[in-house]
Amino acid sequence: MSAPLPAVRELAVRHRLQWWEALPWAAGLAAFVAFPNYLAFGTQVLVTILFALSLDLVLGYAGIVTLGHAAFFGAGAYTVGMLAAHLGWTEPLSGLLAAALVAGAVGLLSGWVLLRTHGLTLLMLTLCTMALLEQAANMFSSWTGGFDGMPSLSFKPILGAFDFDVLFFRTQYLYALAVLLLCFVLVRVLVFSPFGRSLTGIRENLLRMHAVGAPVRARQVLAYAISAALAGVAGAVFVQATGYVNLAVLGLERAAGVLIILILGGYGRLYGAFVGAIVYMVLEHTLSKAYPTAWQLGLGLTLMLVALYAHNGILGLGDAVRRRWSAR
Amino acid sequence: MSAALLETHALCKSFGALEVARSIDFRLEAGARRALIGPNGAGKTTFVNLLSGVLQPSGGRVLLAGEDVTRLAQATRVKRGIARTFQINQLFRGLTVLENVCIAVAERLGAGGGMWRPAGRRTEVVEEATRLIRRLRLEADAGRRVAELPYGRQRLVEIAIALGLHPRVLLLDEPAAGIPSAESHVLLEAIASLPQDIAVLIIEHDMDLVFRFAQRITVLVSGAILAEGSPAEIAANREVRAVYLGSALDA
Repeated sequence: MSAPLPAVRELAVRHRLQWWEALPWAAGLAAFVAFPNYLAFGTQVLVTILFALSLDLVLGYAGIVTLGHAAFFGAGAYTVGMLAAHLGWTEPLSGLLAAALVAGAVGLLSGWVLLRTHGLTLLMLTLCTMALLEQAANMFSSWTGGFDGMPSLSFKPILGAFDFDVLFFRTQYLYALAVLLLCFVLVRVLVFSPFGRSLTGIRENLLRMHAVGAPVRARQVLAYAISAALAGVAGAVFVQATGYVNLAVLGLERAAGVLIILILGGYGRLYGAFVGAIVYMVLEHTLSKAYPTAWQLGLGLTLMLVALYAHNGILGLGDAVRRRWSAR
Repeated sequence: MSAALLETHALCKSFGALEVARSIDFRLEAGARRALIGPNGAGKTTFVNLLSGVLQPSGGRVLLAGEDVTRLAQATRVKRGIARTFQINQLFRGLTVLENVCIAVAERLGAGGGMWRPAGRRTEVVEEATRLIRRLRLEADAGRRVAELPYGRQRLVEIAIALGLHPRVLLLDEPAAGIPSAESHVLLEAIASLPQDIAVLIIEHDMDLVFRFAQRITVLVSGAILAEGSPAEIAANREVRAVYLGSALDA
C-alpha cells in the first residue's frame, strides 16, 4: 500500500484545536478584568453567543432555515422562571438541565411535525410555532405572569458557593462563560463527527443524501432538538442572570435578532456566533448611547455593507482577504 | 436463466395524462450487464427513479431478490442494495472529494449517525474511501472541493460514491455524459472491475460504450419496452433502427 493521501492526513487532523481557538476565551476572561462595570452587558453578550451558536447548528450546518428559534430560548427561560416562582426550585444547575430537557422536547416534537416541509413553508411554520408559545405564555398568566412576566426571581448560589451578584454581575458573567464553554465543546465535537458531516451533507445536497441511504429526516429532527435544548440553556442562563422573565424572550424581535447576528458573523463556522454577537451588540450599545434617536441607522448601514460585500459574514470576509493575500 | 435479482411487474407511472412508464415488465439477473437505451424522452430516467425509489409508481411492483420493495423509501432500498448515479451530478459541492466518498461509506457502515469520534479518525471509513478514490484515479483531487473539479472528474466522484454503497444492483444514469473520451476508459475499467455477481443497468447514449459494455440491451420508447436482446439482435432490429433514425433526424 502506498503512502496515505495528503487529503487523508488533512482530514484526520482537521478536528484538532488550533492555537487561535484559545483567543475567544482569553478575551472573555480579559474583558472580565478590564470592564468590571460592563459585566451585565457582557453576560447578555455571552448568552446571545450561546443562542446564536445553537442556531448555527441547524441553520449553518444542517441548512434548516428557521425564523422561530426564540421559541426554544423562551421555553428554557420560562421553564426556569416557572420552576422558581411556583415550585421554589431555584438550584441553578438542575434548572439548566430542566430547561434543556423541556426546550429539547419542544424541539423534538415541533421538528418532527415541521421538518416535513422546506423553504418558505418551513420558515412560516417555525414562526407560527413561536407565536403559539408566545400566546400561550400571554394567556396562562396565573402560571407565566402573562404580559408582565415574572419579575424579581432569585436563585440559589451556583454549586452552593457562588452567589448571584445583583449589582455587578461578576458571578453571572463567569457562570455564562463556563456554560458557553461547555456547550461550545459539545457543538464542536458534534460538527466534526460523522453526524455533523451528514448534516452538512443534507445542507449541500438533499437528493444525494437520500441516495446514499441516510435517514435524512431523523438526522434533521435530532439536530433540531439538540439545537433547541442549547437555545433553552441560553434562555435559562438569561433568566438566572437577570432574575426576570417576560414575553420578550419569545418574541420575533429576539428570533430575527439572532438570525441577523449569525449572518453578520458568518454561519456554518462555529465562531460566526461569537463575532456576530459581539459586533452587533457592541454597535447597538454604543450607537444607542451616542445617537439615542437614530442609532438603528448605523446598525442598518453596517448590515447592508456586510450583505453587499461579505458573502458569508465578517468571518467570510476575513477568509476572502486571506485568500487574496496568499494568492499574491 | 438464473433467478431475477431485480424485477418489475406491470410498472406504470403517469404525471396527469402523460404516461411515462407503461406496464413495464423487466428483469435483471445477478451478474447482468444491461444497457437501457431509447430516444430522448423515452422515460429512461423515470424508470431508474422508479427502481431506486425517488418516484412512487402509479401501478405495478418492484421486486428485489423476490421481495416487494415498491413501497420502501429510497434510503431503505439503498440499504437493501440498490444504488444509483444521477444523470446530472448530485454531489456535496462544498466538500472535498474524500469527504464526499466518506459520507457515503459511513452511511453504508452504519457509522453516519456517530456523534463522538471525529469523522476524519474513522479509519475503516477513510481507508475504504481512499481505495475507491484510487480505483477511479482521483488521488490528485482527493483534497479538492468538488465544485473546483472539471465536470468529467465530478462524474467519477458520482461513481465512487455509488460503489461505496456496495450495491447488489447498480443503476448508472448516463455515467459517461460529460467525461472527455480520453478519460472514459477509467470509467469502463471501474465498471469492468465490479464484482461479477452484482447487476448493472446503464443508461447511455454513447453506442460505442453500450456495445462494448452490455451483454443485453433493452430499448425503451415512449415509456414502454420496444425490444430486448443481445447487442447483435438489437443492432439488427428494424423497429429499433427506425426509432433511432427518426430521433436522429429530430436532433
